[in-house]
Amino acid sequence: MQRTERDLNYKETELCLGLPGVGGGGGGASAAAGGGENEVESSPKTTGKRGFSETVDLKLNLQSKEAGMDLNQNLENGSKETACTKDPAKPPAKAQVLGWPPVRSYRKNIMANQKNNSEESEKAAFVKVSMDGAPYLRKVDLKMYNSYHKLCDALAKMFSSFTMGNYGSQGMIDFMNESKLMDLLNSSDYVPTYEDKDGDWMLVGDVPWEMFVNSCKRLRIMKGSEAIGLAPRAMEKCKSRG
Amino acid sequence: MQKRLAYSLPDEVLEHVFSFIQSDKDRNAVSAVCKSWYEIERWCRRKIFVGNCYAVSPGMVIRRFPEVRSVELKGKPHFADFNLVPDGWGGYVLPWIAEMAGAYPWLEAIRLKRMVVTDESLELIAKSFKNFKVLVLSSCEGFSTDGLAAIAASCKNLRELDLRESDVDDLSGHWLSNFPETYTSMVSLNISCLGSDEVSISALERLVSRCPNLRSLRLNRAVPLDKIANILRLAPQLIEFGTGAYSAELRSDVFSNLAGAFSNCKELKSLSGFWDVVPDYLPAIYSVCSRLTSLNLSYATIQSPDLLKLVSHCPSLQRLLVLDYIEDSGLEALASNCKDLQELRVFPSDPFGVEPNASLTEQGLVAVSLGCPKLQSVLYFCRRMSNAALVTIAKNRPNLTRFRLCIIEPRTADYLTLEPFDIGFGAIVEHCKDLRRLSLSGLLTDLVFEYIGTYAKKLEMLSVAFAGDSDLGLHYVLSGCKSLRKLEIRDCPFGDKALLANASKLETMRSLWMSSCSVSYGACKLLGQKMPKLNAEVIDERGPPGSRPESCPVEKLYIYRSVAGPRFDMPPFVWTMNEDSTLRLS
Repeated sequence: MQRTERDLNYKETELCLGLPGVGGGGGGASAAAGGGENEVESSPKTTGKRGFSETVDLKLNLQSKEAGMDLNQNLENGSKETACTKDPAKPPAKAQVLGWPPVRSYRKNIMANQKNNSEESEKAAFVKVSMDGAPYLRKVDLKMYNSYHKLCDALAKMFSSFTMGNYGSQGMIDFMNESKLMDLLNSSDYVPTYEDKDGDWMLVGDVPWEMFVNSCKRLRIMKGSEAIGLAPRAMEKCKSRG
Repeated sequence: MQKRLAYSLPDEVLEHVFSFIQSDKDRNAVSAVCKSWYEIERWCRRKIFVGNCYAVSPGMVIRRFPEVRSVELKGKPHFADFNLVPDGWGGYVLPWIAEMAGAYPWLEAIRLKRMVVTDESLELIAKSFKNFKVLVLSSCEGFSTDGLAAIAASCKNLRELDLRESDVDDLSGHWLSNFPETYTSMVSLNISCLGSDEVSISALERLVSRCPNLRSLRLNRAVPLDKIANILRLAPQLIEFGTGAYSAELRSDVFSNLAGAFSNCKELKSLSGFWDVVPDYLPAIYSVCSRLTSLNLSYATIQSPDLLKLVSHCPSLQRLLVLDYIEDSGLEALASNCKDLQELRVFPSDPFGVEPNASLTEQGLVAVSLGCPKLQSVLYFCRRMSNAALVTIAKNRPNLTRFRLCIIEPRTADYLTLEPFDIGFGAIVEHCKDLRRLSLSGLLTDLVFEYIGTYAKKLEMLSVAFAGDSDLGLHYVLSGCKSLRKLEIRDCPFGDKALLANASKLETMRSLWMSSCSVSYGACKLLGQKMPKLNAEVIDERGPPGSRPESCPVEKLYIYRSVAGPRFDMPPFVWTMNEDSTLRLS
């Protein structure tokens, strides 16, 4: 049987086209990790059906895992010789990989369309919400709520450890009452804070609702004790607004 | 002679017997018995399925099967869904329609998937087949509402028009009005993929009202919520319904109207749509929830508590499609409430976000696998996984037939042990002996492929990405998976050796896709030239592969078996490796 040799640089193993009936199953049978002999011997079984006797000479010798490694080495040597494109085994950059994750385009656009549609028609106010200690972020559309109370309800549902027990019936922190405010901030309860247009972090509830919706860029739920630093600024801004 | 007659049945009798044999596999077996059975069978085969439109030519099909009534064709490879197949690759249906127009005047059904369908094709269908009844265009593209208008105007006996997930050029909502007033035969209409341009609601309502056999209606996003009630009242016999945008200002009259309309639909079993959901309107469907077997909430951007509540109302659910907003807690509720669940698909709400958007982990899937004894089919996107979870799932659900897991970040390791997922997926293939479809993800070595080659004997389709160490991995799969039909691989260090050593295996499969791997141009050429029954095509947008060294890896390789030889409609960036390529002028 002749073997066809084209321009292929196969040094160690003689690899050609595989015939049917190759003892390939043997290779996988021993699933034992390491040590197992994965020899795949193949005696050419000419079935006569195929009729490419000139080319087929099956010799895939996978002696052991080391042979596999050798094949790998061989391949890498081969690819280094050529001035070719990138090594495909290199991990992709953090930037988006084409076609990954395998989500169809009309699904990818759900979130985008969601925002676009509402922004165009109703000017939704999506903001990210994070809570200290929670391993995930949320997004809320502030336009979906018409009061701090409703917002806090929703936040409580999303982040179950967040209790709004210290909010007044209006769901607003009573900024006018300094001592009540300090009580809240000294507790270990969580308070919602937000970053406003100026980039300042404020306690949620310091301004009328509408104003809040228009100025809130991001929400963060943090422990009261950590929010203490915000209070003076909140008070000051409050006072300056009169 | 007499002996022969005594042992042979008249053709008509055989034909009658054959008419009870519907499956392609059985039909093929029948035709292989003897020459006369072959002849009889080919004249009475009414339905053909061509899994790869380039595997055979329309002429060959028509010559063998002259009396076909139903044709199903698939075009582009699966990875086209994720933009890995450049535009213009192929999959044109027109040549098929053109030949069938002459050969099959009584054709009733055309079902296409991932094919390019033009308005010209649709117009040709409309005027060529007098008894045309079924048109299903799944993930197709290339046509507009003008083509649909032609179908609507001419196909008097149309029963099914299903455009699922196709990309349609929405030129005008008025194509619906092209259904004449005398047209009453619609049974299933799916226009959910149509764009946000307005659909003529009045035309839709008139159509619905005059089609008493309408059982399945899936609307597109543009149909507003306040129109749904009226449509439902016109078609209370619906079994499947897809809403449009499920949002409106909360008004009690709209709500009660809607709730009433839903409760009127006593046979409703399947709901979908639910774009832009306003949670306050969800209770309107509660009256039908107990009967629901299928629920598609995969566009519903509502949060876990609302999803949990909804799912708790649906004890008969067999199929659920949902976003990861359902979270582990929602899936736990699903597991305790929905004991008939067979299929679960969880999609990522924010696939490109780096931080998790919702609290969905491997725990949710484990819960469902423990709680739902009939679970067979899983598609799950998540950001973390463990081998322990996979082993639990495998041991508890040996009846899984489809398992597609996508850990979103490539090469992510087991978050508990930091190990690869070889053991986990190994357990899946070992325990789930009837597994037909598997998609891998996460950190994986050659070992997982050894497991797959050893155990996955019924596996028909395998999807691999960013996995493996060497050619051994590919070799294990090609040599071990006896039932493998479709293999798609991207970004894996698989090269020439395993591919060439298992070349003949490729003739037993429908197709192999490899992109961003290490298969050299030389190996592709060898395959193409030595395997005449395979079409080996190189897709490379960098220019002719011949302009680079032979050992240079190709961008993408698509190999499929074919009796039609290399195709003639290849675009400039696709090269055939078959012998005829030397004759090709380029």
